[in-house]
Amino acid sequence: METQSAIPKKHVTSIPAKEPIPKLYKKTRPGEALIEVVLFICGALSIVTTIGIVFVLGEESLKLFFGDEVSIVDFLTSTRWNPILGDFGIWPLLTATLVTSTIAISVSLPLGLGSAIFLSEYASPRTRQIIKPILEILAGIPTVVYGYFAVTFITPLLQDVFGSRVSFYNTASAGLAMGIMILPLIASMSEDALSAVPQSLREAAYGLGSTKLETSIKIVVPAALSGIIAAFIVAVSRAVGETMIVALAAGSGSQLTLNPFKSAETITGYIARISGGDTSYGTPDYNSIFVLGMALFVVTLVLNILSRYFVNRFREVYE
Amino acid sequence: MSSNHSYIPQDAALQKVIHSRHRTGVVWRLFFIAAIIFALVALLALMYNVTREAFGVIAENYINDPDTLAQTYLDTDKPFDELTQEDLSVIASKAFEENEARLRILVLDWVLGVTPEDGAEKLRAVSSQTVGELLAEGQYPEELREKPIGNPPLTPAEYQTILVRNLDEAQLRTFVLAEVAQVQVARSWPLNETLLNYSEIKKEVETDPDLANSELKFRSWVNWDFLSQPMNSRPELAGVRTAILGSVWMIVLTILIAFPIGIGAAIYLEEYAQQNRLNSLIQTNIYNLAGVPSIVYGILGLAVFVRLLSKLTSGQVISDGLGPLGIDFSVSPNGRTLLSASLTMAILILPILIINAQEAIRSVPNSIRQASYGLGATKWQTVWNHVLPSALPGIMTGTILAISRAIGETAPLIVVGAATYITVNPETPFSRFTVLPMQIYRWSFEPQKEFKDAAAAAIVVLLVILLSLNSFAIVLRNRFSRR
Repeated sequence: METQSAIPKKHVTSIPAKEPIPKLYKKTRPGEALIEVVLFICGALSIVTTIGIVFVLGEESLKLFFGDEVSIVDFLTSTRWNPILGDFGIWPLLTATLVTSTIAISVSLPLGLGSAIFLSEYASPRTRQIIKPILEILAGIPTVVYGYFAVTFITPLLQDVFGSRVSFYNTASAGLAMGIMILPLIASMSEDALSAVPQSLREAAYGLGSTKLETSIKIVVPAALSGIIAAFIVAVSRAVGETMIVALAAGSGSQLTLNPFKSAETITGYIARISGGDTSYGTPDYNSIFVLGMALFVVTLVLNILSRYFVNRFREVYE
Repeated sequence: MSSNHSYIPQDAALQKVIHSRHRTGVVWRLFFIAAIIFALVALLALMYNVTREAFGVIAENYINDPDTLAQTYLDTDKPFDELTQEDLSVIASKAFEENEARLRILVLDWVLGVTPEDGAEKLRAVSSQTVGELLAEGQYPEELREKPIGNPPLTPAEYQTILVRNLDEAQLRTFVLAEVAQVQVARSWPLNETLLNYSEIKKEVETDPDLANSELKFRSWVNWDFLSQPMNSRPELAGVRTAILGSVWMIVLTILIAFPIGIGAAIYLEEYAQQNRLNSLIQTNIYNLAGVPSIVYGILGLAVFVRLLSKLTSGQVISDGLGPLGIDFSVSPNGRTLLSASLTMAILILPILIINAQEAIRSVPNSIRQASYGLGATKWQTVWNHVLPSALPGIMTGTILAISRAIGETAPLIVVGAATYITVNPETPFSRFTVLPMQIYRWSFEPQKEFKDAAAAAIVVLLVILLSLNSFAIVLRNRFSRR
């Protein structure tokens, strides 16, 4: 190779005998420092995002509350939501969100937890290998597809079973679809928590004569409880923030009702409907989506922080 | 209490207790299995429901038999499938010879994608724009450049020329079928009924007066035309080409924006960040952002990218810059463009991207770093030449998962203002656009059953894309873990 032989030659000739030994211990490298700064900026962008969300949502919310139209007391106590007419009571939207989320959680929590216990305590490794990818597929399906499923499958099914009491758009159908959507999330998070429980605990329980069920329910589940609670909280946060399923299946037009067979608009459903239409900037309808966005952000943020707290607690115990 | 503790059951009593404990065990075991089965059944039901709507028989009828069109307009008797582009354009122009009002509507609908459903105001606004403003060079006769396209109307001959020059062969074929032969799907049946009750469907078609002259045939709603045609106001002619292209544009732009930032942040947090308040705040913040509902990102995007930065996201800035150079640059009227959507989506997937990339970087063994430092490499040389290549498969897997999240997201795009009716392909980051999930959302709302079938077909397309992406990610992951 021509170049290889050229390098030593150049090397030898280029260093005169009298040149001082280069200072190896201290060399400033501006490039390295610059790279670190750029990387730091990439990381810090996430903080900018959060500040952006808080600022954008907060500014419009404050404008609304400090203007003459709406008082924060009305917002929290009034039972009518109709921004065009000046009714800004969050309760109709809030109850609809609560109804859909409650249905979703009461479907997905027992079934998700049951699936997790089965996968971690009962299933053979082979069965687990088959079922876990299937749950992953279920978790990867876009929510708009669940919305379609709710409208074209669950709603007709409910109408067949419960008759004409069920209106075409209803919160029960949206809640059930959401439950199916959240099930794999709860299952996989709880399964992680359950399998992290040390084997010695199970062996001790068997040694004392427990059955498999007693070991699972009385020993393993309590030991993994903080992880399971974290899964539950994340699930609630997902249910509250879910948009497409309720936008398609729960109906439009706010209504104060706890009847799951009636249509009612959730917080997210309202935001989607208003921003998807031709509402122009600056109208009360338009401004109200920022207030609702802020409410959603705060609620889910608190839930997520709680969930992280529980996960960390659970890690401290077994690592 | 104490007596309870000291009591130990003997013999028969002991057997009874053990028996009942085991019975409880069996019952609960059945519940756990049932929970898993419920999940599997739900997935099956979902798949079944989509397939059932996406395939099935239809009753199709027409006002003019497509196979006799050649006879009526061309004096030959070629069957419809053998007609050439030239034949089709002759039919297309002859069929509406003197009907200038109809021709105007057809040009607006098929060439410009403006239908009466868009509202009279929109129709009026578009009609008074000139041909030169609306169409690209070469798609209209030169003398029409300064004339408004519909107000006052052009002559029938001029409309015919525009029509023929702007539709390619596939579109012309659909045009002739829809507007001249007026083929329509009168009724459609899902796959399960097709398979189980075919004879009843047949009887229904023969006896129902609404379905007189209808032909019963099997239709897969997912077909080549569905993939290659743009959106249409009629479900049987509607396609997802513009939506797929919109999705592809959006994903590419999103990745271009999010990937470098996400990897940079992950490298910073794993390799550079020291244990201090600020860095742990950044880390916590990223975890929390991953849990923020997607619609909140949509509102952020609406406020910042669509409104605040509308000059940039509509392309106005670039157009102003290129203007003096004499380069024409198409601009959107507002910030509801691909760029806004991609920026929003980039912010949405960043936390997921960062968390996945961090895990990949963390799993690179420390010995690699030490070996590199031992040879005198600097920190960045170590990261760039050794850590990143080892972490790459993991980073790619995480990126693919983030992409599949972005492809399926709908809610933030509704808020940012993705359109639902777009017949032209997106051409620049500043184009208005639609994406696949938006089409599904739109079509699911339509009361007509045929739109639900089209929605099911679009879901099939979306799921196929997502499943192939995910299986690619799994293959990558397995290859990675084997090494």
